[in-house]
Amino acid sequence: MCLAIPARLFEVEGERGLVELAGVVREVSLMLLPEARVGDYLLIHAGYALQRLDEADAQETLRLLAEVAQAGQEEA
Amino acid sequence: MRYVEEFRDRAAALGMAERIRCGAVSPVNLMEVCGTHTVAIFRHGVRDLLPPEVRMLSGPGCPVCVTTNADIDRAIALAEQPGVILVTFGDMMKVPGSYQSLSQAKARGCDVRVVYSARDALGIARANPERAVVFFGVGFETTAPTIAACVLEAESLGLENFSVLSVHKLIPPAMEALVASGEVRIDGFMCPGHVSVIIGSHPYEFIAERYGVPCVITGFEPLDILQGIEMLVRQIAGGQPRVEIQYSRGVRPEGNPRAREILERIFEVDGADWRGLGHIPDSGLKLRSEYACFDARAVHSISPPPTKEHVGCICGDILRGAKTPPECPLYGKVCTPENPVGPCMVSSEGTCAGWYQYGSR
Amino acid sequence: MAEDERVLLAHGSGGRLSHELVAQVFVPPWENPILSRLDDSAVFRLGDGTEPPLAFTTDSYVVKPLFFKGGDIGRLAVCGTVNDLAMSGARPLYLSAGFVIEEGLTMTDLRAIVQSMREAAEEAGVQIVAGDTKVVEKGSADGLFINTAGLGLLRSGLHISGEGAQVGDIVILSGSIGDHGIAVLSQREGLDFESPVSSDVAPLNHMVAAMLEVSPQIHVLRDPTRGGVATSLNEIAGQSSVGIHIREETIPLKPGVWAACEMLGLDPLYVANEGKLVAMVSRADADKVLEAVRGSTYGREAAIIGEVIPEPQGKVLMETAVGGTRIVHMLVGEMLPRIC
Repeated sequence: MCLAIPARLFEVEGERGLVELAGVVREVSLMLLPEARVGDYLLIHAGYALQRLDEADAQETLRLLAEVAQAGQEEA
Repeated sequence: MRYVEEFRDRAAALGMAERIRCGAVSPVNLMEVCGTHTVAIFRHGVRDLLPPEVRMLSGPGCPVCVTTNADIDRAIALAEQPGVILVTFGDMMKVPGSYQSLSQAKARGCDVRVVYSARDALGIARANPERAVVFFGVGFETTAPTIAACVLEAESLGLENFSVLSVHKLIPPAMEALVASGEVRIDGFMCPGHVSVIIGSHPYEFIAERYGVPCVITGFEPLDILQGIEMLVRQIAGGQPRVEIQYSRGVRPEGNPRAREILERIFEVDGADWRGLGHIPDSGLKLRSEYACFDARAVHSISPPPTKEHVGCICGDILRGAKTPPECPLYGKVCTPENPVGPCMVSSEGTCAGWYQYGSR
Repeated sequence: MAEDERVLLAHGSGGRLSHELVAQVFVPPWENPILSRLDDSAVFRLGDGTEPPLAFTTDSYVVKPLFFKGGDIGRLAVCGTVNDLAMSGARPLYLSAGFVIEEGLTMTDLRAIVQSMREAAEEAGVQIVAGDTKVVEKGSADGLFINTAGLGLLRSGLHISGEGAQVGDIVILSGSIGDHGIAVLSQREGLDFESPVSSDVAPLNHMVAAMLEVSPQIHVLRDPTRGGVATSLNEIAGQSSVGIHIREETIPLKPGVWAACEMLGLDPLYVANEGKLVAMVSRADADKVLEAVRGSTYGREAAIIGEVIPEPQGKVLMETAVGGTRIVHMLVGEMLPRIC
């Protein structure tokens, strides 16, 4: 459910962090994700960080999708 | 890495659509549990890319849709109390209760404010110490932990003028109610990606094991949705229902334990009333007695007017996928996007609003 | 609209409810052929009908905050009225400015706004020739409201109106969408993020003059303000009884605006602009007109975003980035941030 956007954490101060997406900066709460580290991409929902995005998993999904794109184009 | 644009690639979308077409040999009903999936599917025109064999049903995972008239009436009754500031997410403003919506209550002079984050409500409480601030707590397992964190923060700040009217609900019990009723055949569940970020994949396992319905936890970009549908179609063909995670970049099988811990510290599970599904035991969240001073139901005496259901409104049936909008006596005549009677017509992506604007799709 | 109904904030959002308010409450008692066209400007001739036609318009500005990145309420007021006149193809000449000032507004702020209006007027080549001032009690006016009226001169024979779109016309958008709405939102209290986005508030009359210079086949011009591009295109589709088909990938969108919209659950198609126009141009002249727009100061990112189609009448369809199709509705009520 619900809208959550991926944004990059670039500053941490206690339980608060600053995230950035395409130059737009927003302060978020890290209360639900104390293990967040500067440089992480975080899923932000309603002003709170919910989870760290896993780069390896993202790449794997994209790789699968690229294969599908490729196969689609070969058939065409 | 943006994590967004790459998941909107057209060639991959067309390729995935082709795979779905090949895999869906007979008609299947897939339920997108989550309102955000319904919106994303609409916004990116995903239905257009699907073969006619794949039928997408909108499920109950949308607070706009499942919050009852009685609960909206309670929020409005609180807003009408002198000195109260009722704070809500924007989603709920236009949803009609028995007599009016929060938006209409605001027009009549109630102090109703829209925020993007529950934390903003804390800011309002601190800025207005002589007023009672009530936060209308809607949303599922994605949002409820943020409200729980907010209550913890209110406690540490020693705030005495902040409370939450909780109508939070839980997704897996609603999914079970739907599949157990057998009213509508559901061949697969597209499980909500962000709820699952919090709860992980284990809570859905009983759906696959006990009811034999495939589940795929899916993200919200168009490619996520298409890949999720493809995985469901493949599971249906394979005959071995299980819970899979398509949205692996965000969802871990164990979810976010810390978020759940904070949630469980503030809230306990209780029965809840769902529009369309009626009363479902153990499907809602209420504040624990230790946090009664932050529970609007304990802090304020709320006396809403008698609940009225709109005669003829069949939003409940629409929400369960049991009826289509043209079967509703009010649809298009009394109930339109400008004058919605029920929530299905409220947002432009609601089932009825979608039909109204674009016909049957 | 029932008598006991109240005016909602949504009636001022520029979408369907605003239209209803105008059509049901304002037009019937004042009914006349000029008003009924409901275009951006009223067009009429004085005297015996041999004089060139005049365009006349009025608008009010109630923006909060008064000062935002890229402009202020003063610049907004001048450009808004200049643009309304320009959208009927008129050459804007004279403006009036009425001020409703909340007591307590600082002289510094007032002077800054007046100065800003001077600069905008100079840029547009118009003169502010009449004005009025009222001061109201604290709490009644959000600092300042400005009302402007504007007068412009049309070329004889030129007929640009919302009803003029023809099947086969090309749709040109003069630049990126949503800049103004996001710039203003990002400064308003309650939404506390910094955004690299500036308002696009600008006078468009020179752009329009350049377009008219290269082609007489410009059928519709509209500046999409409140309600965004989606609302303007829906209005035109309705007035002209045509359909409009656009492609998501061709619509210019700044990354900062996109990001802010994602964060708030807003759709950029519905976010306000104050320095953009859409034009429906005959297919034959589309490239020439596009070049003219791109050659003007505020049109560098102009793009062809779609075409006018016969069906479905009154509707706007969009081909999405992934190749699906969706309907782009008229905005119903206020656009509110979503979490779900």
